[in-house]
Formats: sequence, C-alpha cells, structure tokens
Amino acid sequence: MTPDEVRDLESSMAEIWALAQKVGLDPYPTHFELVPASIMYEFGAYGIPGRFSHWTHGRAYQQIKTMYDYGLSKIYELVINTNPAYAFLLENNTVLQNKLVAAHVLAHVDFFKNNAYFQHTNRGMLEATSVNAERLRQYEFEHGRDEVERVLDAVLSIQEHVDANPTLRARPASDDVRPRAREPREGPFDDLVYIGSNRRPEVPAPERKFPPEPEKDLLLFIAEHAPDLEPWERDIVHIVRSEQIYFLPQMQTKVMNEGWASFWHARIMREMDLPQDDYVEFARLHSGVLAASRRSINPYYVGMKIFEDIERRWDQPTDEDRARLGRLGGEGRAKIFEVRELDNDQSFLRNYLTKDLVEELDLYLYRLEDETWVIVEKDWEVVRDTILTSLTNFGQPYIVVEDGDHHRNRGLRLKHCFEGQELDLGYADKTLRHVQRLWGRSVHLETVIDGRPMTLVVDDERSLTVMTPR
Amino acid sequence: MKTSPSITLTQNDWSLHRKGPIDQARHNEKVKEAIRGNLDQIVGEEAIITSDGKKVVKVPIRSLDLPRFRFDRGRKDHVGQGEGDSKVGDVLGHEASSQEAGRGKQAGELPGVDYYEADVTIDELAALVFEDLGLPFLQPKGRALVPADDVRFNEVRRQGIMSNLDKRRTIRENLARNARAGVRGFGALTTDDLRFKTWEPHVKEECNAVVIAMRDVSGSMGEFEKYITRSFYYWMVRFLRTRYSQVEIVFITHHTEAREVDEDGFFNLGESGGTKVSSAYLLALEILADRYPAAEWNSYPFHFSDGDNWGEVDNARCLDLVNSLLERCNVFGYGEIQEGGRRSLSTLMSTFSTIDDPHFIGVTIADKEDVYPALKQFFSTREELPAGAVR
Repeated sequence: MTPDEVRDLESSMAEIWALAQKVGLDPYPTHFELVPASIMYEFGAYGIPGRFSHWTHGRAYQQIKTMYDYGLSKIYELVINTNPAYAFLLENNTVLQNKLVAAHVLAHVDFFKNNAYFQHTNRGMLEATSVNAERLRQYEFEHGRDEVERVLDAVLSIQEHVDANPTLRARPASDDVRPRAREPREGPFDDLVYIGSNRRPEVPAPERKFPPEPEKDLLLFIAEHAPDLEPWERDIVHIVRSEQIYFLPQMQTKVMNEGWASFWHARIMREMDLPQDDYVEFARLHSGVLAASRRSINPYYVGMKIFEDIERRWDQPTDEDRARLGRLGGEGRAKIFEVRELDNDQSFLRNYLTKDLVEELDLYLYRLEDETWVIVEKDWEVVRDTILTSLTNFGQPYIVVEDGDHHRNRGLRLKHCFEGQELDLGYADKTLRHVQRLWGRSVHLETVIDGRPMTLVVDDERSLTVMTPR
Repeated sequence: MKTSPSITLTQNDWSLHRKGPIDQARHNEKVKEAIRGNLDQIVGEEAIITSDGKKVVKVPIRSLDLPRFRFDRGRKDHVGQGEGDSKVGDVLGHEASSQEAGRGKQAGELPGVDYYEADVTIDELAALVFEDLGLPFLQPKGRALVPADDVRFNEVRRQGIMSNLDKRRTIRENLARNARAGVRGFGALTTDDLRFKTWEPHVKEECNAVVIAMRDVSGSMGEFEKYITRSFYYWMVRFLRTRYSQVEIVFITHHTEAREVDEDGFFNLGESGGTKVSSAYLLALEILADRYPAAEWNSYPFHFSDGDNWGEVDNARCLDLVNSLLERCNVFGYGEIQEGGRRSLSTLMSTFSTIDDPHFIGVTIADKEDVYPALKQFFSTREELPAGAVR
C-alpha cells in the first residue's frame, strides 16, 4: 500500500469504528498493523506472534506459506484476543480489502470481549506467550535444545487434554490429596508432644482415591503430580497448558465467531459511503468469503445465515411463535446480541440450526464407500446431531486420569470415556509412550478395542502390552 | 499515527523477523533425521528410481508426526454443503485405492490418509544415502594429479582485489589503529587498514578406478529381480558419479552371451534366454586386461543375478573366473536376488560360499528394503588388512 492508501485506510478506520459503535458493537480498543505476507503466515502458523519455537510451528509455517505461494489460499487477517486487541492486515491487499477486514475484525473483538466463554481468558496473552518463549529459550541454554524438544514433543502430543471448563472445578487442583503415610511416626518424645491431653489426636484416615474424582485435566495432573519431573519440565507443561487454555474458547466458538464477524462486516460496509466500483469489489469479496464447500461446512457462511435467521424470526415471529412462545416481534437485534453473549458453537447449532436452515443451506453427510465419496444422509436432525457430535470435546477422545497411584506404585491409569468411537491404536500407542516419558512410571489406558474393553500398558518407552482388564 | 484513541494503524519494518524460517529449518533437519532412519525403505522406493528428470521426490515419513489420542478415522461421516439440489447417493469424488499404487497421492481436499510426506530433492536424498559409502580397499594407483576445480579461502593478506575485501577484519584494523591514536570509533580508513581474503587452489590426488557393472538379463529374471538390479545400479552409478569424478563405469549384460552395452542399454534392456554367467566374467576379464592394467587401475566388478545358472559345469567355471578376478581386483561383489528368501540351494551363491577372501562380498537380497544394506555392504570403506591378520 502506498502512503496515500495507508492514510485513506486510516481515516476509513475511524469511520468504521464509529459505525461499529452505532450498530451496538462493543469492541476493545484495537490496534492494526500492516505486515508483509511472510509475517502474516508466520503469525498464522504460531497462533500468536512471539510464541515459543517448535518444529511443528515450522512445519505449519511452511505449509501455509506454500499454499500462499501457489495461490491456493490466503489469510486476510489475524486478530489476537487481548485488551487492547491486536490485528494484522496484509500490506499488499487493496485499501478496500483492508477496510472490509477491519470491519470484520472489530466484530471479532466485540465477540471476544462479550461472549461468556471468553470471560476468563488472559487478555495479556501476547506478553505472556513472549515471556513463555523466553523461558523456553532459557531452558534450551541450560539443558540443551534436544532435551527441551523431547519434553515439548511429549507435552504437545497431549496438549488437547485440558479442562475446557476450568472455572467449574469443585476444588482447586493444586490440593495435594496423595495418600500419606497411614500412621504418624512414633518416637520417644511423643508424650511431650501430647502433654496435657488424654489421648493422641485422631489421625484422619488416608484418602484412598487419588485423584478423588476422575481428572480431565491431564496436563495439570502431570505438571503437579508426575513423580520424577524436574521443575523446569513441569514449567513446560504449565506453559503449554496455559496457551492451550487461551485458545480453547476460540475453538469452542469458531462458527459463531466467524458468522458474527461476517454478519457485521457486511452491514458496516453497506453503511459506508463507498464509490460504485468499490461496492462491486466488496460484493465480490464478500461472496468469496461465504462460498460454500461441498466437502466441509464454511463457518463464515453457516454462522452468518444462522444469525440472520435468528434476527428474522425474532423480528417477525410467526403467529404460532407469538402465541406459544410469547414473542412480541421487533426483538431481533436484542436476541442476536444475547446469543453472541451466552452461546458457544454447540449450543448455538443445537438451538438455532433449524430444519428450514439445514434444508436451505443444503447440508448433508457424506462418506467413503468403495473408493467413492457419496452423500449418504440428508435428514436434518441426523445432519445436525453429527455436527454436534463432531464438536463434542473438540472432536477429541475424552480421556481422564482415574488413578495416579496405580498398584500403589505411582503408576498412571487413564481412561478413555468410550462413546461409540474407538481410538486410532497406532497413534494411541505412540502417544502413550510420550505420556510415559513425562510420568516416568508405567502408564495404563483403559479403552475399547473391537467392541471389547482393553487396557494398553506402557512400562517404558519400548514396550506396549495389551491386556483384557481383570 | 493515531486516528482515534480506540483504533490505530501502524506499519513497521519486519524484514529482520526470522522466527518462522528458523523453525522451518529445524523441521527440515528433523525430516532429514527421519529419512536417515528410514533409508532402507526409501532407497527401495520405486518413485525415486523412476523419477527421471524430476528433481523433487515425495518421501513418506511416518515417524515425523506428533502423535495424539484420536479416533480411528475409518468409516466416518463428514458434513458438506451443496448448492440446493443435492440428493442422497450423489457422488462427490473418488479416492485412489489405498494400496501401494495410490500411496503417493493425497486426495485433494477430501479427508483421507494422513501421514506426512516430505518434499526432498534427489540430491539431498543422495547425499544422505551416500553419507558413509566409499570404494573399499582403494589404493593410490597411477599418477594422475587431478586439480579439482574448487578453491579454499584460507588466508588473509594486505593486498588483493576489492571484491575479496574482508570487511570485518578491515573494520577491526581501523578501530584498533584509531584506538591507538586515542580516537574512538570507526573512520578515516587508510590503505593500511585493508585486509583481503585470498585463496589457494585445492589439489587432491585421485585414484583411478573402474567399476564393472554386470547384469543378468536372462529369462529367469522376473519383474522383481529386474527391479532390484535397476534400483541397486541406479544408486551405485549415482553414487560413483557424485563422489568420484574419475571413476569409469563399464556396463555388461548377459544371458548365455555377454555384451558390453552403454548406460541406456544397460538400464532399459529387456532380453530373455538361458543363463551362462561365465560369459560375463570372461568378458570382464578381457576388458580389464585390454583397457585397465592392474598397475594403474583399481577395479571393482559387480554382478547381480537370480543365481539360476546353466548347470554345475558353468558354476565351477564361474568359481575359477571369480578367483582370477579376485587376484587383480580390489573387490568382487556378487548380489543374488531371491524374492522372499532362499528358493534353491544349487545357486551361484552356494558355489561362491567356498571363497574365503575378504575381497569377495556376497549379498542376498530378498526384498526392496535390502537394497540399501547391500549398498552399504559393497561400498563400506575398508582398508587393506595387514598380512596374516585374522578376519
């Protein structure tokens, strides 16, 4: 962009901000930075600028960059959920493209600020990740790059296994509830200690179960209770966990967030005083973003359609809705702001992806049959429920810590809460070896193989045993 | 550059930001490690041998993925979106069979097989394959002092051409001289401060060597045997050409008769007929005697066959010929290809098993993954053992 264009974009941004305020959006102050494509792809690969170094980030960077170099895909914007928010724009985009992206970004920031699932995220994450990266670099100096990478590989392989609802904990996880020695040690001066009382105070019976409830947060459990980890290794587990928890709400609200941003960028751009040519260009861009894909759902499109549908249904309720649900009409705006505040993708799709919408959007299920991908289902409820299932626990197997002192020998017993889908055993085996590397003692995983309950056991990095449970 | 307190826009210089490329380099390093660990499988890959003229090959790397707990992908339903007229039974696309043939391809945007494929140039791959290889028992022969065409920058002088100015040392000299004069910082550069890098031509002595590649093209050689032979010689020729600029290669094919052929003919010939291995060994001896006198040439005959020779008589003749080859050659290498393991006992290999000479190297190849170990056996650098040493 030429300096003139930058000035043009800058003045438009003030207008976009004013329009966003006018329609009721409530974003954090937002800082935009124009960057070259290579920087945009780097940030896209790392999720947050300045995040720690790891070869998987390098691989993601290479893949995204290759896609861009061949013109296969393009990232228009990257926005960081912080206060103030940071957003990155491509400096070789046109002014109009960047205006549209700025409007889109402000709606994202409004969503970050106001949606319930973001209420506990660290809004200083940009600084926190930089500090984390610096600490990891320091560990590399102290312990060697390969050592740090070995730990990081192991932790990253189970990074999804944190508790998505950290605020719903019944008790702080840091309570050390490990079984203690059963009797206090007896000594020659016990009589002095208990002088003046008739008998010794009651020793509470040791808690046999550890953890008392199955623990979903595998990373936290390992960080706090793995028998042999060094402090710096525990710190790496904490670092990965804190960054994962930062990303969770974004993963939980992908469809809503993109839908909300698309809903508002369209409306804000229409309010702006655009020249004729720009308007055509805008319409072209907008439809590009919303293009449907035959092989996946486009969250921008589906999300936006649902918001539009909600607004319409609450603005002009049917007679039945008026009578049975007491809808007054004209409440559309208020309703979509309420939805953006209270829902996540699962509740959003469950509540508002209606029969009419599934049919209008022409959603379907397909699968591979004899080397051919065919459409197998169009029933709206089945389609909706399949989408919901794929979102449960972010599409990951639900794994909990059942016992952190297995066989009274500090073994770790994990349980895959089976809900009909079996694990990829090759991957489970390799992942368990990573868990074993962190835990240091034997690791057991209860799961279901070919319809029968089985336990995978990794005693050291080299052996895997499959047992039927006793 | 503030537009309003709540929305700001800046543009900075990011040209020194290098994080992504640095991690990318680490990833590439890991790819190399993974390839090094899987050379057995990769060397035998058909895609590489047949990639004539194609510079980049895809190498499947299964070990280089961060594992995680995930569901068995198997038969899983996916959600898609049509244009308003989709029906149950509509076909969205095809997936190549997941057998060998389709392995090299990722099926577009469809969810499918997901192991990681690295793009590697043949040269990079070759460098890894050849890392520890060398011609065994190589001796300095002949007096060919071949000036290699590379130079080494290994000296710094006060005179030189400006394009070779050593800027760092020049600045340091200047700083030191200024400091001696009591002045801080850089400035007032004089001719005395200038330092130049200079080079020396790098000369190394080469050993003359000839490799004789012999290949059985008789009718008994099946697809697999031919493939293995091709694969082995592909890597061998490539290796020799990369590592030794002075090595000559003679190509011989044989069935009942042996012929000297050119490289193209050697790799692309499909003949048939009976087998008389001795013919090839005879021809090799003749060529060596005519063109490559033992005093000046290291010689390395290699022969690949399925071991199915024409009768015991010829086997005995082969044994004699191999012994006379061994008298004047640095190594005689024999590779016997037996798909899926040993079939019969009356093969050449069992005849050769009586040879007790460290210069005879015999290798049996049972499947694709044996090609790389065979290369390593034939081309591991060995020194001449002192006389009387026990093997």
